[in-house]
Amino acid sequence: MFSSQFAGGSRRRFFFGLAVLLASPLLRAAELLSFDGLYKSNTVLGLKFAERTLALKGQNVRLRGYMAPPLKPESKFFVLTREPVSICPFCSSDAEWPVDIVVIYASKTVIPTNFSERIEVEGTLEVGSHTDPATGFVSQLRIRDASFNKLR
Amino acid sequence: MRFARLPVAAALLAAVCLPAAAQTLYPINRAEILAGSRFDLKVEFPGPVDAASVKLTLNGQDYHKLLGKSASLIPDETGKGASSLILRDVTLTKPGQYSVEASDGTNTRKVVWNVYATPAKPVAKNVILFIGDGFSVAHRTAARILSQGIEDGKLKGKLAMDELPAMALLSTQGTDSIITDSANAAHAYTTGHKSCVNALGVYCSRAANSLDHPKVETLGELAKRNGLAVGAVTNSEIEDATPAAMVAHTRRRSDFNDIVKMFYDTKIDVIMGGGSPNFLPKSTPGSKRTDEVDYIEQFKGAGYAFTTTKAEMAAAADDKKTTRLLGLYNTGNIDGALDLKFLKKGSVSKFPDQPDVVEEMKAAIKILSRNKKGFVLMVESARIDKYSHSMDAERAIYDTIMLDKAVAEAKRWSKANGNNTLILVTADHSHGVSVVGTVNDDAPGSDMRNKIGTYEDAGFPNYPAPNAEGYPEKVDVSKRIRLVFANTPDYYETFRPYLDGENVPAIKNAEGVMVANEKYKDVPGAVFRTGNLPNVGPRGANQGVHTGDDVVLTAGGPGSAAVHGQMENTDLFRVIADALALGKPAATGKK
Repeated sequence: MFSSQFAGGSRRRFFFGLAVLLASPLLRAAELLSFDGLYKSNTVLGLKFAERTLALKGQNVRLRGYMAPPLKPESKFFVLTREPVSICPFCSSDAEWPVDIVVIYASKTVIPTNFSERIEVEGTLEVGSHTDPATGFVSQLRIRDASFNKLR
Repeated sequence: MRFARLPVAAALLAAVCLPAAAQTLYPINRAEILAGSRFDLKVEFPGPVDAASVKLTLNGQDYHKLLGKSASLIPDETGKGASSLILRDVTLTKPGQYSVEASDGTNTRKVVWNVYATPAKPVAKNVILFIGDGFSVAHRTAARILSQGIEDGKLKGKLAMDELPAMALLSTQGTDSIITDSANAAHAYTTGHKSCVNALGVYCSRAANSLDHPKVETLGELAKRNGLAVGAVTNSEIEDATPAAMVAHTRRRSDFNDIVKMFYDTKIDVIMGGGSPNFLPKSTPGSKRTDEVDYIEQFKGAGYAFTTTKAEMAAAADDKKTTRLLGLYNTGNIDGALDLKFLKKGSVSKFPDQPDVVEEMKAAIKILSRNKKGFVLMVESARIDKYSHSMDAERAIYDTIMLDKAVAEAKRWSKANGNNTLILVTADHSHGVSVVGTVNDDAPGSDMRNKIGTYEDAGFPNYPAPNAEGYPEKVDVSKRIRLVFANTPDYYETFRPYLDGENVPAIKNAEGVMVANEKYKDVPGAVFRTGNLPNVGPRGANQGVHTGDDVVLTAGGPGSAAVHGQMENTDLFRVIADALALGKPAATGKK
């Protein structure tokens, strides 16, 4: 049953339909980025953005990671990291952060998730150095007007 | 009669109330000050004062006469009307006891300082100060067992540090607490003054800005002023508290960007570790600076060779023209010995050519010893502490072995180069660690707890004999050393080394409570352990924390005879100052 449904011409039509759907700007899903793909190199002398990251500047994107414990309560701002962060209680400044973090500006005040649960964030990608006015936190990549969901 | 009595009563009342309202002085009471060293003098008054009524004397003489400078009055330092008096960058070159009195016209507060001179002639040409961060007795015992082995009830060999002749116990408490962190602990070694948690090169005053607190001179600054070459090498970020203590003056150790500037301003000769992002201008992706200063270019402009890999470091050190080197080998901490040499986890794939602490030290000595007058080098094995925070026993033990390998190299070098180097090996503070026995996978049953061998059942672990470098090449053996942590958050005990990467015992949950990391829940044999440290609030612990046990100082070489018995951590500074004659009255031209 299952295999015959997608056999021959019907399968081709299905994929053609899918392609049309994906190409439609209104219905196109935000591109899923990965922490590994954000930069083409990570050296002592700094990070270099991947071409794709630069190309997606201003576009709607998705990224999966972990919410770091917020720097300020009742804020729209949080830091998304590749792995759950274990922050040294003595040194909780940006001094101890991994370099490849992404700052998230949520569309509404953030209610923290469980920091060991992986989340998916969706919003507009912003590229380039920026200092958060409230916290002084410097970031290279941000996702603005973001929403996020727990990943199952 | 009435009128005559009132002032007496008022004076009596003032005298009784004195302690609550008295001013605070820095340096504090019982401070030991190296003759000729620079420091800031600060008086904090409990309320507003006017300049005319303030009196500050040293041994009964007006301060100006002895210090040769005028203090400035900060009329309202606190925003609540309390005044302070500050006098920056003064020195006392004449040794002896100084009674310092500050009066606001009503209340007087007295503190006593002891200014000490050193012998006029140095007994050591060089000093190498090894700091195993968080390095405690159990780490040392475990490192000895793993790197030497045991036969017929005796160790087959000793650690290089074990064979240094002098030993003392150091107490590590600070001005605020019986527990120190790496900042005020290293500060005690590099200044000879006690301070508070998080502070480097300053007393902890009420100043609002972390950079405005009263300063004391650091070993890096003093040694440079005396014509010595100075180095700091570590496998942490170079801005981290221990290496920063060679140069830094801040109330807040996390002022990494300011600390980079302090390294630059002090121009110590060899600077190696991780932590490159704070050297990069803000606009460079990956930077952690908040300004556009490119410190790598600044250092290069000041004549420093700059290296980012072990190969570059070796080439720069071999070049006889190199007298200054900045080496940054990771964006974060340099990977520890177990990852670097065997497991290849952590950031080894991203930074495949990082030097270890031994290699950094050898390169540093090559460069520093080009200074004919001698050198002071701090060598830190930083991750003994970091892995003890993360309750990763094996990684902490391997980094203790690495510390000892560096000590062995330093001893060899000293012997071949005039035997005039004072070698000091110590920790900055302890961790709650203890060797309790072994874990034997082949013991009966499936319950891991009952595979722990105690007393005679512990027997001996079955690590392979150490390789040529001194490390057992296999850490996940069937009968392992059991090094436990006394002070913990909630966590899952796995009874095994963490082969996939450093342990992360606990994580903050959405409610802000530190909870066991579920990642280890399903490791075969893992059991949940309820922690015994606070799990909420600003000091909620998601890892092990420092303890207040004494640390061991071992020493050899000229000047090491001063190391014995029980000492304050600040006494270590004096051992160095005496050996190098840093406080000889002729060291400064001032009074």
